[in-house]
Amino acid sequence: MIAEKLSPPTMGAWAAPQWVFGNAHRLVRTHAFRLAALYFLVFAVSVSGVLLFVYWTSADFVERQTEATLDAEITGLAEQYAQRGLSGLVQIVAARSAGDRGDGMLYLVTGPDGGPLAGNIAAWPAGVPARGGRLSFTTAARVKERNETHPAQGASFIIPGNYRLLVGRDISDATAFRNRVRTTLLWAGLVALGVGLLGGTAMSRNLLRRVEQVNRTSERVMAGNLSDRVPLAGTSDEFDQLAANLNRMLDQIERLMTAMREVTDDVAHDLKTPLARLRVRLELALLGGLDGIDQKEAIRSAIDDADRLLATFNALLSIAELESGARRDESETLDLSEVARSAAELYEPVAEEKGFVLSLATEPGVRIRGSRHLLSQALANLLDNALKYADGGEIQMRVEHAAGRAALEVADRGPGIAEADREIVFDRFVRLERSRSTPGNGLGLSLVRAVARRHKGTVELADNRPGLRVRLEFPALAA
Amino acid sequence: MKLLVVEDDRETALYLAKGLNESGYTVDRAGDGREGLFLATSGNYDAIVLDRMLPSMDGLAVLGALRAAAISTPALILSALGSVDDRVKGLRAGGDDYLVKPFAFSELLARLEALLRRGAVTAATTKLRVADLELDLLTRTVRRRDKPIEVLPREFRLLEYLMRNAGHVVTRTMLLEHVWDYHFDPQTNVIDVHVSRLRQKIDKSFDSPLLHTVRGAGYCLRAPEPQASR
Repeated sequence: MIAEKLSPPTMGAWAAPQWVFGNAHRLVRTHAFRLAALYFLVFAVSVSGVLLFVYWTSADFVERQTEATLDAEITGLAEQYAQRGLSGLVQIVAARSAGDRGDGMLYLVTGPDGGPLAGNIAAWPAGVPARGGRLSFTTAARVKERNETHPAQGASFIIPGNYRLLVGRDISDATAFRNRVRTTLLWAGLVALGVGLLGGTAMSRNLLRRVEQVNRTSERVMAGNLSDRVPLAGTSDEFDQLAANLNRMLDQIERLMTAMREVTDDVAHDLKTPLARLRVRLELALLGGLDGIDQKEAIRSAIDDADRLLATFNALLSIAELESGARRDESETLDLSEVARSAAELYEPVAEEKGFVLSLATEPGVRIRGSRHLLSQALANLLDNALKYADGGEIQMRVEHAAGRAALEVADRGPGIAEADREIVFDRFVRLERSRSTPGNGLGLSLVRAVARRHKGTVELADNRPGLRVRLEFPALAA
Repeated sequence: MKLLVVEDDRETALYLAKGLNESGYTVDRAGDGREGLFLATSGNYDAIVLDRMLPSMDGLAVLGALRAAAISTPALILSALGSVDDRVKGLRAGGDDYLVKPFAFSELLARLEALLRRGAVTAATTKLRVADLELDLLTRTVRRRDKPIEVLPREFRLLEYLMRNAGHVVTRTMLLEHVWDYHFDPQTNVIDVHVSRLRQKIDKSFDSPLLHTVRGAGYCLRAPEPQASR
């Protein structure tokens, strides 16, 4: 709960000042932000590149066209001059200047006094030096009854005899085109960058939000709330997979922790008493008053006590290992009948001696995958119990197919277990008789259940009318 | 007989050395894996008691190195890890027997002696004989004083194991492991009843008993005192 209060608020609406300013510093340090920034940078560079290329190919193309036209014009005039001299030049300029050709070409030939001889410009433009070479100038033009000053580009030549020639072209259209292209591209670039910025931010915010969920869950788990889980978005993307994996990991950890806690509790409750008893026994042996034989006997009993304690401890550990899934016993294909036969064969003499009749009914081909060792141990525990709690009579073992499952049953004619107690007897250290006079540690059925679960099986207690019927069922292998 | 005990826990090592000394063995001790390997390769030991978890070099690694160097001294592995898988791993690494800690000293001694004897019994034996009791491994028949004795297949294996270890103590756990291949201890005295049934068959109508119960340890099949070979 504390962790929840401390953790930063959810990234709210994107304009929320809290997010923009409050978390700006933290945002900059996140991987998501850096990713988004990099994404934006690459995006910006490529968009700029594309736009520059478009600008260059369109605007510069027009410009180069202008120059090419000018060059062609100059070459033509130079040829005329070479063939027909000055008068020819004046003639051709006058001819070309006549009428509105609509291509914006400008011509002017001036005499030695500077006065115009031919051309469609009234006078030599102001500010244009009277020397040869490329130049830019402005020219007055009438557009729709209005005087406008248009930019022009051209070249001037000094002709012997102090005549001068100016050839130019009105580039107002080209300039306008260039300006429009520039404006359009600029806007396009701005919009694209804006979209990129928004996209990158949204992307990083989405990433951050989902990482944040994982972070917050793990913080809560660390704070002790082991049952908390990362919420799934239901999109089954990588984040959902990550969350699902984390959740499975948490499940496993929780199971292990629970198993361990139970073992610790059980140890505290049920191993303390026998340990205390052992201590007393040893202390008495030490105190004296016992002769050599009695002392030896006391030590022997103490060793027996210690052995029993160790057995209990080992059983506890096995159960915990089985339940937590930490144990890795080799599993193989087993014929349940064989497992049962072997156990029956081991127990038959002792059963007979104690006045029981042990029988085994099997069906062929009841096969499961599992550990012979664990199943034998579970079966031995059940047989131990039957011998311990029943007072003679039949002990029936049965192995059979049961609706696609493999069943293993041990039934006795003892006192049975009342229906209300049938769940709790599986808990550790539960022994139903209050006096606890029969030997045993109350772990037998716990182990049986752990083994059954380990084999993805179930264990059920039923009334054998009279007696107890313990039935284990496992997923069967195809015969 | 010279034994090597490789065990890092000083208390346990001293306890083992003391017990084995009292049982008539010469014992060398090594406190870690490297020293153990060094001693095992240089000394001439009849058997090695090897703890599985050792500093500087793991017990199984020591065993692997020994076996790789073609040193086949029988080794008994001691371990706190008791699952069947751990046991299988230990035996695959070259161990000859595997004992889970904590253990009774009598259990360790019985197993160690079984290991020491193993080399002595030739594999080609087809008949085992203790006093006037005879077990034929080929015809799978048992005779005593030339009178055939009917035994069940499991009883035959039980008797075979006892006879192969004649004159020595065999624990209940050893019988469960070798005759039934069970690696756990049932709470009921199942083995005792099997043994007493066997005893009924081989000892009952004869004046000199062969199969003895050793209190606090297990069983021992041995010839009557006058002919004792020990």
